[in-house]
Amino acid sequence: MERYFHKELEAIRSKLVFMGEQANQVAGLAIEGFLESDLEKTQSALKMDDQIDELEVEIDRDAVRYIALRSPVSSDVRLIFVAIKASHDLERSGDEAHSIAKNTRSILTRQGKVLEPVRIEEMSRLAFAMLRDALTSFLEEDLELAKGIIQRDKEVDRLNKENFRLLSRGMSGENREASTQIETIFISKSIERIADHAKNLAEEVIYLMTGE
Amino acid sequence: MSHSFQQKEFRPAAEGANTPSEKPDFIKVSNYNFWYGSSQVLFDLNIDMPKQRVTAFIGPSGCGKSTLLRNINRMNDLIDGIRHEGDVTIDGHSIYDPLLEVISLRKRIGMVFQKSNPFPKSIYENIVYSLRVAGRNKKSELDEVVERSLKGAALWDEVKDRLSESAFGLSGGQMQRLCIARAIANRPEILLMDEPCSALDPIATGKIEELIHELKKEYTIVIVTHNMQQAARVSDRTAFFYLGKLIEYDETDTIFMNPKKDQTEAYVSGRFG
Repeated sequence: MERYFHKELEAIRSKLVFMGEQANQVAGLAIEGFLESDLEKTQSALKMDDQIDELEVEIDRDAVRYIALRSPVSSDVRLIFVAIKASHDLERSGDEAHSIAKNTRSILTRQGKVLEPVRIEEMSRLAFAMLRDALTSFLEEDLELAKGIIQRDKEVDRLNKENFRLLSRGMSGENREASTQIETIFISKSIERIADHAKNLAEEVIYLMTGE
Repeated sequence: MSHSFQQKEFRPAAEGANTPSEKPDFIKVSNYNFWYGSSQVLFDLNIDMPKQRVTAFIGPSGCGKSTLLRNINRMNDLIDGIRHEGDVTIDGHSIYDPLLEVISLRKRIGMVFQKSNPFPKSIYENIVYSLRVAGRNKKSELDEVVERSLKGAALWDEVKDRLSESAFGLSGGQMQRLCIARAIANRPEILLMDEPCSALDPIATGKIEELIHELKKEYTIVIVTHNMQQAARVSDRTAFFYLGKLIEYDETDTIFMNPKKDQTEAYVSGRFG
């Protein structure tokens, strides 16, 4: 029997998906700003963070309300638990995108153009595909897709280390190049963290579906 | 390169089953005290209940919640030695107006009790009983009332082919919905429910709760329940009583998520007593 308050559960689910779309969009904009040396996209990414933060607060509030008023059990209580954890991961993912945009703005302000993108494009493609697939696995309750995401995190970690090696090579003293290299390392690290949050999301989807 | 999902045009909003009480107040209890003989059981109550919303009365046994509920349609008038001070108004009119006929008051109020109490008659005759008593016997009108009431009580599809059968052949949950259908046959404005689900299994309880959610679109509902989860699920406002006093009355969200009084907090979280 479908109960009237199950619509509230669906609304929480929809908000989480919407938040995931926002997190994905801001990450995409931030990295496009970097790869295309596009200050406008960078600025747009910087403006989106507040919306994602507000969604996390809304989801937390709705989840607590649902627990207090609806006494959820079984898969319903798992969904609420996952909504709280996943919204935190998405909020942190949005923070990392914000950090990417801030570092990009610094680089573009200093030198007008990104000169050394190292392997950021390849890495971001992998990380953002993980995030997108994690959301799809949640939306479509695709356990196999969620399980696959966890393995994919290793390649992003490897590329992050590779970027660090490439960027730290020959780095010395306080100069313009060193500043840019350090900021690019931060950007690489942020992408790696986004992948970590995507992995967390995948683990949360597995818990939602299996209870384990 | 595109990293983002296709942007949806809507931003989902929480669709609360508990809706804020923006409706005007309909039942007003003002400075109300009530005695059984020399024993005072209700103390200086003030509660405004909004129109077409569900107000739940909660509290431990003996707190006075059922007494107040039964006073809204003056059912306690039949008990010797009762007396009251203060007033209860419905849509601005006192239920104690000396010119008011109690029968006309009760026509405006349907009552559903803890234990379903169908008459020993057919399903059809249970619904039309009060109309027949009032001398309304036109078949087409009675048929219309039966169908409307049973549909309103979400029972029509289950019984439409056996309206002439005894009401006692229905399940417990169906009997309770029949009593709700009977209560709304006269198109009352208010439905008073005194623990309507306490004798039902979880599935029948769920059906009644769904029904309450639908009925509030048309009726002002006051429900007494010992089941706090039920109050949280079905009501828009909740009043917590203890020893005949109103401890706290607020939006149901507030009562169950952030009550202002320690006694309420203790009761809703099961730490009372």
